Amino acid sequence: MSDETRDAGFDEFFEALADGEGYYLECENGHGSLPPRSVCPECGVREFTEEPLPVAGEVETFTVTRVAMPDFEADEPYVTAVADFGPIRLTGQVRGVDHDEVAVGMVVEAVAEERETTGDPLLVFRPR
Amino acid sequence: MPDVRVAGTGITEFGSAPERTGRDLFAEASADALDDAGVDRADVESVFYGNFMGELAEHQGHQGPLMAEAAGVDAPGTRFEAACCSGGAAVRNAVKDIRNGETDVILVGGAERMTNLGTAGATEALAIAADDLWEVRAGVTFPGAYALMEQAYFEEYGGSREDLAHVAVKNHENALPNDRAQFQKEITVEDVLGAPMVSDPIGMYDACPISDGAAAVLLVSDEYAAENDVEAPVAITGTGQGGDRMALHDRDHLARTPAADAAAEEAYADAGVGPDDVDVAEVHDCFTIAEVLALESLGLYDVGEGMAAAREGETTADGDVPVNLSGGLKAKGHPVGATGVSQVAEIAELLRGDHFNSEYVADATLGVTHNAGGTVATALVHVLEVVE
Repeated sequence: MSDETRDAGFDEFFEALADGEGYYLECENGHGSLPPRSVCPECGVREFTEEPLPVAGEVETFTVTRVAMPDFEADEPYVTAVADFGPIRLTGQVRGVDHDEVAVGMVVEAVAEERETTGDPLLVFRPR
Repeated sequence: MPDVRVAGTGITEFGSAPERTGRDLFAEASADALDDAGVDRADVESVFYGNFMGELAEHQGHQGPLMAEAAGVDAPGTRFEAACCSGGAAVRNAVKDIRNGETDVILVGGAERMTNLGTAGATEALAIAADDLWEVRAGVTFPGAYALMEQAYFEEYGGSREDLAHVAVKNHENALPNDRAQFQKEITVEDVLGAPMVSDPIGMYDACPISDGAAAVLLVSDEYAAENDVEAPVAITGTGQGGDRMALHDRDHLARTPAADAAAEEAYADAGVGPDDVDVAEVHDCFTIAEVLALESLGLYDVGEGMAAAREGETTADGDVPVNLSGGLKAKGHPVGATGVSQVAEIAELLRGDHFNSEYVADATLGVTHNAGGTVATALVHVLEVVE
C-alpha cells in the first residue's frame, strides 16, 4: 500500500463513490463484478460497462471485530458486513448504528469514508 | 500407474518457538520422516515444500532449495503457496509426480514460523490470504472472515455458539496424549463460551492458536518400496483440489465451502470410495465453525446438518467417525504451511496403528484429510488407505 502508486480501477472506484457516483462493472452477458477487471470471472468476456451501484444493499452477514490488524487499531471494535447490492456484493464497515443493533436484513448504502487509524479510503455501510 | 505410499512421517512440536527459523523446524521434521522411513537421503529426488508467510515472518523467499539443504538432501526443492493449505498443495503435487512415473521418492513437507511476529503481526500476515483490495482494506481479519461465515451459517441453518464449543472441547480432549501439541489442556464448554470475543460470534477458544512448527512425509512409489524393502502399508489413494472466488462476498454461498465440496468429490472418485467408507478424518478446524463446514463438504453430514456432530458425540474419539484425533488445528496448533502435511502424517500413523490415539480406530482402513486456504478459496482433500 504505497502512498504514491495508485491501484488502477480500485482508486477510481473510491473516487467515484466519494462523489456519490458509485458503480460496478457489468460484462456484456450481464455479470456484475468489481474493478479492476479485464476478464469476466463468470464467462470470460472482455467487454464491460460501468453501471450505477444500486443505492440500497441488504446486510447478509456481519461480525464485530474486536482484535484488529495494526492498521485498524484505532478503529476497533468495528462491525464488518457483507451486503448484497443485487448484481454484486460488497464488504464494508458499518457505521452510524450501535453495534448491537446491526442485523441481517438491515438496509444500507455504500459510501466512501476514511479509516480512523490511517486515513486510508474505507468502504462504509450506513443505514438508510 | 504407481501407487503412492507414505514411507515415513515427522512432526515437530507445535507451539511457541519464536527463535526457531523455518529451516531449523523443517530440518527436524524431515530428518524424523527420513529416519521413520529408513530410506537413504541420497534416494530423495525432489523436495516439495509448503509455506505461506516466510517473506513476512523471516524475510525469506526462494525457500525450496533452502529447505532441501536444511533436510540434507541433494535434490531440487520447490515451494508451494496456497495460504493455509500450502502443505496440502505440496502433498497433492508430489502424489501426481509419483503417479506419472517421473519420480519415485519425494520429501514433502511444510513449515511456518509465526509467533516471532507477535499476535498483531501474525493477524496481519494471516489476513493477506484474503482479497487485499476488497476485504483486507475493509478491515477483514482472518477470524473476522470466518465469523462472517459463521453468522451466515447460523442465519441459514441454525446452530449456536454452544454447539460449536463442543468442537473445541472435543479437540482439546483428543490432544491430551499428544506430546507435540500446542495445548495439552482440558477445557469445558463454559470455558469456550466465557472466553474473550475475537470477532463475534468467534471467541478466543473457537480459534486455533498462532504456532511455529513443521511436518514432513516421505512419499515413495509402491515399486520403490517393494524393491527397497521399505515398510509402507498406507497409500494416498485419492487427491482432490477445489478453487473458488477469492473474496467471500463473491461466492455463491456464504455458509458453505464449494471448493472443499469439489476437492472431496474429486478425491473420493480418484480413490473409488465415498463418504460412507471414511473411518477417521483430520479436518481444517482453524475455527470451530470450520470443522462443521468441513464435515459437510466431506459428505460426512448433509449441508446444514454438521453443527451438532461433536455435541452428539458422533465425531468424538469414541464416536462413529472420530474427527481430529490429533487435537486438530485448535489444540495441536496451526503452523500454517505445515498443517496439510501434518494431517497426512497423522492419518498415516493412525492407520498404521502407531499413533497415540490409534486405539480409537483399531479397525480403521480409510482416512481423509481436509486442508483449506483462506476462507476456502482453495481446498485440498486426500484419501489414505491401508493397502498391505
